[in-house]
Parts: sequence; C-alpha cells; structure tokens
Amino acid sequence: MKYIDEFRDGALAQKISANIAIEANPARSYHLMEFCGGHTHAISRYGIVDLLPDNIHMIHGPGCPVCVLPIGRVENAIQLAQTPDLILCSYGDMLRIPTATGMNLLKIKAQGADVRMVYSSADALKIAQDNPEHQVVFLAIGFETTTPPTAVAIKQAQAMGLRNFSVFCNHVLTPSAISHILQSPEVRQLGLVPLDGFIGPAHVSTVIGSQPYEYFTEEFQKPVVIAGFEPLDVMQAILMLIRQLNEGRAEVENEFSRAVLPTGNVKAQVLVADVFELRRTFEWRGLGLVPYSALKIKSAYAEFDAEKRFQITKLSIADNKACECGAILRGVKQPQDCKIFGTVCTPENPIGSCMVSSEGACAAHYNYGRLRDHNFSMKKINA
Amino acid sequence: MHSGGKIKRSYTRSLDLKKGCIEMVHGSGGRAMTQLIDQLFLAAFDNEFLRQMNDQACFPGFNGRMVISTDSHVITPLFFPGGNIGSLSVNGTINDVVMSGANPAYLAASFILEEGFPLVDLKRIVDAMAKAAQGAQVPIVTGDTKVVERDSCDGVFITTTGVGMVPEGIAISSNNARPGDKILVSGTLGDHGIAIMLLRENLAFHCTLESDTAALHDLVANMVAAIPNIHVLRDPTRGGVATALNEIAHQSSVGMMLYENQLPILEPVNAACEFLGLDPLYVANEGKLIAICAPEDADKLLATMHKHSLGENAAIIGEVMEDMHCFVQMETRFGSKRVVDWLSGEQLPRIC
Repeated sequence: MKYIDEFRDGALAQKISANIAIEANPARSYHLMEFCGGHTHAISRYGIVDLLPDNIHMIHGPGCPVCVLPIGRVENAIQLAQTPDLILCSYGDMLRIPTATGMNLLKIKAQGADVRMVYSSADALKIAQDNPEHQVVFLAIGFETTTPPTAVAIKQAQAMGLRNFSVFCNHVLTPSAISHILQSPEVRQLGLVPLDGFIGPAHVSTVIGSQPYEYFTEEFQKPVVIAGFEPLDVMQAILMLIRQLNEGRAEVENEFSRAVLPTGNVKAQVLVADVFELRRTFEWRGLGLVPYSALKIKSAYAEFDAEKRFQITKLSIADNKACECGAILRGVKQPQDCKIFGTVCTPENPIGSCMVSSEGACAAHYNYGRLRDHNFSMKKINA
Repeated sequence: MHSGGKIKRSYTRSLDLKKGCIEMVHGSGGRAMTQLIDQLFLAAFDNEFLRQMNDQACFPGFNGRMVISTDSHVITPLFFPGGNIGSLSVNGTINDVVMSGANPAYLAASFILEEGFPLVDLKRIVDAMAKAAQGAQVPIVTGDTKVVERDSCDGVFITTTGVGMVPEGIAISSNNARPGDKILVSGTLGDHGIAIMLLRENLAFHCTLESDTAALHDLVANMVAAIPNIHVLRDPTRGGVATALNEIAHQSSVGMMLYENQLPILEPVNAACEFLGLDPLYVANEGKLIAICAPEDADKLLATMHKHSLGENAAIIGEVMEDMHCFVQMETRFGSKRVVDWLSGEQLPRIC
C-alpha cells in the first residue's frame, strides 16, 4: 500500500539497524523515551527492540490518551451515563477503562445505559441531531490530535442551535506532560529514570508543530526527534537521537517532515484557542496534578460544557494498589515489573488503564512482547 | 413452519408482499401464519419434504458417518453488498458442515421475526436463502417461524441447521494439525468484516468492497477428492484467521508460524484497517477456509484450490510447529517476529 509499505521495508530496517549498531557508542548507554502510545505500539508490533543494540533502552512514555485519564474522571463519565434519557458517546478504547471497582462504560451499557461508540466528534453531533429528546454528551479525550475535531463539534452545535449536545472535556496537552516528566524528582534528582532524549509525537506534532519542543532542548538539554508512527520512522529517529547525543547536541529535529511543519496546523490551533482555555491544573493518571496541562471549554461556549450542565464534581480516586500503571506511565517501571501483569491484569480483564488500549505500554507488551519474556509461564497466558 | 394441513388453503387476499409487514398474528398459529408459510416460505424453498407441511422432515437415511451443525445468524445491517442475512444463514451453515469434509444434504431454518418487519424485505431475505440453497443443491426441508413484539429483536434472526454425510476415509478435525504441516487459506482475508463495518459505522469511505459470503461445499469436495488426507479445515468467521488458528493450535497442541508477506489481503481491506487501526487477521470472513495438510500434499492442494473460482487467490500462509505454549506467531515483513494472540474483547479502533 502506498505511503505505508515504504515505511515498513524490512531490508531498509536492517540497514538502519546496522548504522545504529555502528554509531552507538558501546562505552555508554542511551535511554530514549517514546512519548506516544503510537510509537510504543509500533516498537512492540514490529519488534524494533530486537533490531537495537543492548545499550539502547526504550522507555515508554505517557502518551496514550485513555491511559492518562484519572479514575475519577472515568467514574464521572459512568455516573453521567446513568442519567435517565442521556446518551454518552466516546471513542472505542475509552469504553473499556475500568474504575476502582472494575466497572466500565461497556458494563454500564449492558445494564441499560445508552453508551455509544463513535469514530469522530461529528458522529456524536449527528446522534444529538437525531435524538432531540435526549441529552447527548460527547466524552472528549485525547491529546492535541483529537482536540480540533471537538472544537469543530462545539462550534457546529452552536451554529445549529443544538440544545441537547454537550462535551465532557478531558483534552490534555503534550508539552506540559513532557516538562512534568523532566522536572520530576525521579528524573532530576534521584536519577531513577535516566532520560537522554525523546522521540517526539507524530500526529500531535502535525497540529502543534515542532516549535513547542524547543523549550525542552534549551531548558533541559535533551534532544527531541519528531517521528512518524511507522517502524522505519521510529528507527530513523533513534539513529538521529544517537547522532545528536554523540555530538553533544540537544536540538529539535523533524524526521516526520512529510506531515509536520515547524508552525503546525495554524488553522486548527486558532480553532482550539477559540473554544478552549487552559485549566490551572489537571490530574493525570500516573503523573498526578500537572499544572496547565489540560483544556476546558471557554465560558463563551459554556452551554456546551457538560461539566457545567450536569454539575460534574471532581472525584479523586486512587488506583488499585497492586497496579503499577502510574510508575509505568512515568517511565519508572516496565510492564513486566508489575506483579499483576499478565496474571490478574490481562487485556480481557484489565485492572489498569495501560492494559486497555493497544497503545498502552502493558497491552502492547502483552500482545507483542511476551515472546521475549523468558520467565513468562504458559499458566499466566491462560489465566 | 408448523403444519397447517387441515386449514383450507385459499385466502381472501394474498399476502401484500409490497406494503405489508409482519404482525403478531403471523406467529399465532392460525390462518395468517399458514398463509405466510405458504405464500412466502414454501413458494421460495419448495421441495418434496417441505411440501408435506409436517412439523418435521422425513428423509431416507445415510450409511456411514453423518455431521450436523447449527448456527444462529444475527447481523446489522441485514442487507449488505454481496449478500444479506438470508444468503449468510445458508452459506454459513453449509460451510460449518463441509469443514468436516462432508457433503451437505439438508437444511432446517428457523426464523424469529420482529413485529412490523416489512414483508418486502423478508421476501428478499427468503429469496436469497432459496437461491443460496438451490445453488448448493441443499434443500431447506423443515423450519419454524416465531413473531416477537416490536423492539424484541433486530428485524430478523435466522437459525439454520445442516446435516451432511462424510465420505469414507475422511477424518478432518481441528485436533489433527501436526508439526511440519502447511497452513493454507482459500482467498483474501477480511472482506466480509470490513464491508459490514464500513456500512454499519457510517464511515464515509467510498469503496466497492463486497462481503465474500459463499458456500464452500464444491471447493471442499474438490479439495477432499485431491487430498483425502487433509488434516484440518476451518472457516475463519468471527474473530478472523487469527482466532481460528489460535483455536486450532490449542486443539492440536501445536504452535504456528505465519508469513506476513504471504497473506492475501485486498488493498481496500488493508487501507480500511490501517485507517481504523484494525488488524485484518482478526476481521471476519464468510466465504473463506483455512486448510492444514501434510507438507508433501500442500502444492497439490493449493493447485486444486486455484482451479476453483472460490480458491483463485488461495495461498500457503504458514506452517505448523512444535510449541508447548501453542503460540501463533508471525514473521513480519519488517523481519521481526510477533505473537498473533487471541482477540481480547472486540477489535476497537484507535483514538489518535
């Protein structure tokens, strides 16, 4: 398939792999974080770790939209879905995220709530038009990639005078999450998470551009290479990061130049700025409260804000004690370090959010990485 | 179709197959039900067994081993490019019967109809069943209809049961895969599932993809004639090839290795899967089969499949290995290996 096959070419992968092996300095190690779940998925699915020398360590970042949503917000959504005559719409993976009691939106649906999976915010808008006697709430989640479509839906709802449509906004921002990780004591003082550089987001960067990352390269002296989600993109980005580190450079480089401009998609940015404003702080699963890391709906569009319409209150609910999603999202632990990984927590029965989405570090490792885990027993697979 | 033999078969008005719809009375056992059976079902399926209008079909016995299989068909939407629930319900059960290597002989069909369902649509469905059954030369010899109140079912549910006769010397079963065996598929993967998904989810893709729904009895008969010692046959419906192979791997206590560059997948299916974040290995097929045979038989089996219109795109996609973990693995085009695991829940599209 055009524009896909070229970026999955095995022969080219071997060439890049050979170059990485030549250029990586055996006297040191390289700890690289791929921020996005899309990269985590590609690394697992294509077995990229097998093509890297042992001294290159890939650390999975928190860039999985459903993984970082705190349980309190999931609980809010479940309570909302139980409101009579209300239709709650959201993206597929969101429906399977468990709360502390193991409840999720699909289970609530089975019990009679009207929960619908949609492919886009426009689908939710259409449902609102088709069901004027119902309140329709779009549970909006995701990073900068999914924010502009939510803005479009709100503006269209306003233009159409739709009175039964609102958005429960959970949109979060990538740069503030990266800053938070770099400022965390685990990275800065304790050295628990050695971080030498970042593979920067693909789709997010098409919207925000490459400029927002320049702050990290200056402030934290960590190189960033923006990369596409195909396996060759990831390998090329790793090679580019190694070159920067070997040469002592810390710059923003753009491997994904076929889609990312330095300024990003200005039209989308204007749209987002019109509809949303920064929250002072927002809770992230795994990262805790992160200042200025999320968006809320501006007061000019308050009538479409489900938090106001349904007076949604803030809930703070702790993760399951055995679940290591928090540490995994911060890069402190690997999925296989978690005691319940693959035993109690499986894709069929996820305890933590990282096991739900195929972009979550645990699900990606469970689905594709287990062959490499020598100590993984058959018993666990059948559990 | 409970008999109405004693009821006089003349009706003041014939069924309004253009504007009429299913009413509760069509399931009540009275004249209206008999009329529906007479003028719709019997008219379409007509054969000597059904014509007797008994509660059961009586047919001559077979010598040797018989197979029976039953399948309930529920699908949204009921009509789709390449077929409808009617053709699907006949082909699906014929395929389940023939995956034992059997010749299909008879079908039974049971309908659950929703009050208010348009008769014109029911006629399209019944005609598609009749056409599929006649095409496969497998008569629908008995059946039943029930009507449920509006909103109690999704238009039409159809359960079909098929019986068939296994030729002597054929022992095809999912626990027969052996290390070294070759794994074949009869054609392109995922066509049905993607065709349905594009319709169902109102995805505004424009493509000409059709469901592959088809009865595989003739293809299987040719295959069994060429290689009587086929080890395993399976139609990879729900859950796709990945799920079917995982089931076979566990039933046979073996592992498998697939080769990504050998998988026959149509470009539009691949494109839709890439777009939605789905894996075509987990997408449903309705007119395809997996065959597993000894390595020395594989080329002949493949050539036999290629000669049949339903096997034109057949391919050898992998082989069976020894593996106590029963992993199904795949060598990717990229040159790495990965597990092709059981599907967890439903395949859901990714977010960004």
